[in-house]
Amino acid sequence: MSSPARRRRLEVENIGDVTVVNFVDKKILDEQNIQIIGDELTSLVDVQGSKKILLNFSNVEYLSSAALGKLITLNKKLQQVAGKLILCHINDSIIEVFEITKLDKFFKIKKDETEGLNSF
Amino acid sequence: MAVPFIEVTLPSDTTEARRFQDTIEQQMIARKVGDRDIFNVRLALEEALVNAIKHGNQFDPNKRVFVKYRFLGDIPGIFEIEIMDQGPGFDPSDVPDPTAVENLERPCGRGLMLMRHYMTEVEYRGSGNEVVMSKVFHKPS
Repeated sequence: MSSPARRRRLEVENIGDVTVVNFVDKKILDEQNIQIIGDELTSLVDVQGSKKILLNFSNVEYLSSAALGKLITLNKKLQQVAGKLILCHINDSIIEVFEITKLDKFFKIKKDETEGLNSF
Repeated sequence: MAVPFIEVTLPSDTTEARRFQDTIEQQMIARKVGDRDIFNVRLALEEALVNAIKHGNQFDPNKRVFVKYRFLGDIPGIFEIEIMDQGPGFDPSDVPDPTAVENLERPCGRGLMLMRHYMTEVEYRGSGNEVVMSKVFHKPS
């Protein structure tokens, strides 16, 4: 039996050529989980060869600055392969985290999954 | 009579820090603090405790994080907390502005920025290994 820490942290679905990612966790805080999430996101690009990634935050209630770092890394990685990252369905509290840190201008953020899918 | 601080000693373990946050969240709920203020305090605590455990104590199991907190005033009132780690401290003015274009892709500085935004007051003391924060809760509308 695998330990809870090794459980997959992302639900991944391919819609056309877009990789749609949902987060399993409501709280993206724990260092170990954030590391696993970062590794899983990286492998979408490195192993699966995804170039268009849509991150759906509808399940996420809390997000710390450590998690923001992983999103920045993913964005950089996608830029290196001429890919694109879009974030969607972010609740008002978490949008504020992006606004305070001015990352709302850095990332492409869309209202919901449909709008996100139409923006690639 | 002055309200005494409640003292808690945490190991350098983020799971324990999160358990402590759960305790504070329960107390905020009991004081009828609004959802938005709960989110704000919780996030500021997360950032401050991770800073203490990760950057201050470097996850050293022999080091501790000393916490003192209290709730003041009529419900929902005010929350005050002091968090001290056993690291060498740092100068908060040395932390680069994470919103500057040249720093936008750097991973550091955002936690401190979020703490300052979400809490009413944030002050570093000593060598920078102690942070004192307070939050004046919004009255329910």
